[in-house]
Amino acid sequence: MVASLAAGRFDCSVRPIPYILEVHDLHKSFGGVHALQGVDFRISPGEVVGLVGHNGAGKSTLMNILAGTIQRSRGEFTFAEARVGTWNPHQAQAHGLRCVFQELSLCGNLTLAENTRIIHPALRGPGWRRRASRLIDDTLGMIFPDNELRPDMQLADLPVGARQMVEIARAFTTTDVPVRCVILDEPTSALGYEPTQQLLAHVRRAASSGISCIFITHRLDEIMDVSDRVVVMVDGGVVAERPTAGLTRPQLVGLMGSIEVPREHRGQDRGSLKAEPPVIDYPGGEAGDLPIRVAPGEIVGFAGLDGHGQRERLRALFFAARRRAAHGLAPPVAYVAGDRGTEGIFALWSIAENVTICSLKGLRRAGLISPLGERGLAQRWSDRLSVKAPSVSTPILELSGGNQQKVLFARALASDAGIVLLDDPMRGVDVATKQEVYGLIRSEAGRGRSFVWYTTEVEELTNCDRLYVFREGRAAVELRGEEVVPARILDASFGGHSD
Amino acid sequence: MISAGLPLARPLRLAKRREAAQLGLPTVALALMLTLIIAMRPAVFSYFGVTLLFKLTTPLVFASLAQMLVIMLGDIDLSNGSFVGLISCVVALYLKGAPLLAGSIIVGVILAYVGFGLLIYSRSLPSIIVTLGMSFIWLGTAIILLPAPGGSAPDWLVQFMSWRPPLLPLPIWFAIAAALAGHFALGRSSYGSVLRGAGANPRAVARAGWSLIGIRAAIYAAAAMLMTLAGATLTGLTTSGDPNVAPGYTLLSVGAVILGGGTFTGGIVSPVGTVIGALTLSLAGSLLSFLQVSPTWQSGAQGVILLLVLAGRVLVAERVS
Repeated sequence: MVASLAAGRFDCSVRPIPYILEVHDLHKSFGGVHALQGVDFRISPGEVVGLVGHNGAGKSTLMNILAGTIQRSRGEFTFAEARVGTWNPHQAQAHGLRCVFQELSLCGNLTLAENTRIIHPALRGPGWRRRASRLIDDTLGMIFPDNELRPDMQLADLPVGARQMVEIARAFTTTDVPVRCVILDEPTSALGYEPTQQLLAHVRRAASSGISCIFITHRLDEIMDVSDRVVVMVDGGVVAERPTAGLTRPQLVGLMGSIEVPREHRGQDRGSLKAEPPVIDYPGGEAGDLPIRVAPGEIVGFAGLDGHGQRERLRALFFAARRRAAHGLAPPVAYVAGDRGTEGIFALWSIAENVTICSLKGLRRAGLISPLGERGLAQRWSDRLSVKAPSVSTPILELSGGNQQKVLFARALASDAGIVLLDDPMRGVDVATKQEVYGLIRSEAGRGRSFVWYTTEVEELTNCDRLYVFREGRAAVELRGEEVVPARILDASFGGHSD
Repeated sequence: MISAGLPLARPLRLAKRREAAQLGLPTVALALMLTLIIAMRPAVFSYFGVTLLFKLTTPLVFASLAQMLVIMLGDIDLSNGSFVGLISCVVALYLKGAPLLAGSIIVGVILAYVGFGLLIYSRSLPSIIVTLGMSFIWLGTAIILLPAPGGSAPDWLVQFMSWRPPLLPLPIWFAIAAALAGHFALGRSSYGSVLRGAGANPRAVARAGWSLIGIRAAIYAAAAMLMTLAGATLTGLTTSGDPNVAPGYTLLSVGAVILGGGTFTGGIVSPVGTVIGALTLSLAGSLLSFLQVSPTWQSGAQGVILLLVLAGRVLVAERVS
């Protein structure tokens, strides 16, 4: 199969214009966050382009703009040599642009046939159900031979891998509009080995019949197998574009880290942990899952791609540590949530109330909260973190996102917690605030507080003394001291040699 | 993960059980109640007896189908009963003397209802609050129009509602027609798939290029028209208007939808089940009066029936994994 894949590759990559789809100087910002900053991207008919990059690089934003589900802030968009003004999902469908989204876009209460009907306006009138059934059945059989799915099965009853197969097959079904370009966002993350190989073979087959594919995945081997050209995105921009032929996997990983300037490693290798008893000692689960140990005063990072089990492990650590703290076996523990809207702030409260909620025990005078003590504690910590607000009685919602996040830090640091767990707390925070908080974390660690820090930003991890890199729910790799550099982290996140 | 060979038996078994629970349980409940009633009063088992027994079900069937459409979108309509009451007042007051005025008021009210439906969507408001507010607006408007029960239904409407069609009594024909029409519109037609999909996963339907605003406007308009039918048939039966004639419909209609296999998660409703649910809930009252239970216990008994059927559904459908 691999040989036949390779055969189709070269003639496609040299095919020049006309492009089926082309964007130039594409910008997109959400509030103050610039998700895309001047992206140029193009794809020819019958070309397979692999799109890679770390979490937050802007891949999904780019894909959503191409699919019409979000609107670009500015930039030129050309589809089939026609300039496009506003672009919505309806137009995208009508022009034969299909998208397989990362979170499945199927309706669980409908059957396979009914889900197929949703994207095909032509499937209506008498006999539509029969036609839709045959369409999805044939396409499923073509891409994934020997599947046992039937068009009258209801989606909600199927395992996630089968649903993914249905969504992929649906994207390749044709009625009145020919399919011209298919965007596949992490299509293989839920598929087993065999369906993955079948999909890759189909993508090559589709390409040789003129259908373009944009293939987004974290599994670099698949990109190397299937694509003609690789586009690498970092921080909302395209940093590299190479033909796949002649590219090696280490080169590709290198391209993803290419704009990361080598910087001085700020954490310190504390050598052996045996000198001090760890404040956290959490056994690993199954094989290949490292135990998590944290020494007093240590900053330990959780690295890896988003959603590979770091947050779950962080919560497990929190509950385990809290139980131990309740029995006096470990220092108290605090948790700083990254999703501050839903699990961090009390939206109707003032800064002072938000800061002191974890420290009320120490603020009690005769069973009631001392208002003076509350203000004092809040003032002290909002000064230390330089929260920008008129006073600590300001409602928290009047603060900017970064300052709200500082208040959440202040809450954890103002408490008596000896262990602080950070759940990606710097999301959507500006650079200056980040630098202030990094410094504060390091100085607090110097006083003996321990930090466990989960973040998806590779650069942030260089503040850590030691890292656990997570892959598929397991703490797979431990990096310490001089190993804590972006290139090593990326390499370990993407699975070293093979997924 | 899955390989090429899927364990196929499970999805199919699940689907069978779900169907059995969705339609089977309310049907069994209805049959049980009918059997009890006929055992106690054999005279009921006649054209005339059945007509009497089911006389007041027709408006509830329409109101329940309206509620079903709203629940299909993942919303809930707490203004159902007072909307029916308002329509009933308008019909009793104006349809005989000033049919044009009656028509334009009804069209205006339907448009207002659609407007509220779009407001719920565009501002992502909780439907339970908005529709609760709407219920006071409908009720207030009805009381302004008709402070005390009165007015009179046009003769043709009264005559039509007491018409005796061949084979089966009129309420049964209405129930069958409504169930079949609903089943074909939502369960069989190609647009029905889109509508049910929009209730379960609106994002998926929007990504496929459909306008959610258009879908919601159509659904809310259809619901308002069904409630208009409910109000008109109710006036035909009672022959006069009363703003407070139907407040009970709000919760009865929700009960009928849930009894008939619907869920609050959106997208999962059954028109046939809803009609059977509406019949069951309105029969419960008659059954209890035959049992010589005081009317004060009736709503409680309806609640017990609802609980029993839901418990049955949990036992049958969700004990699979």
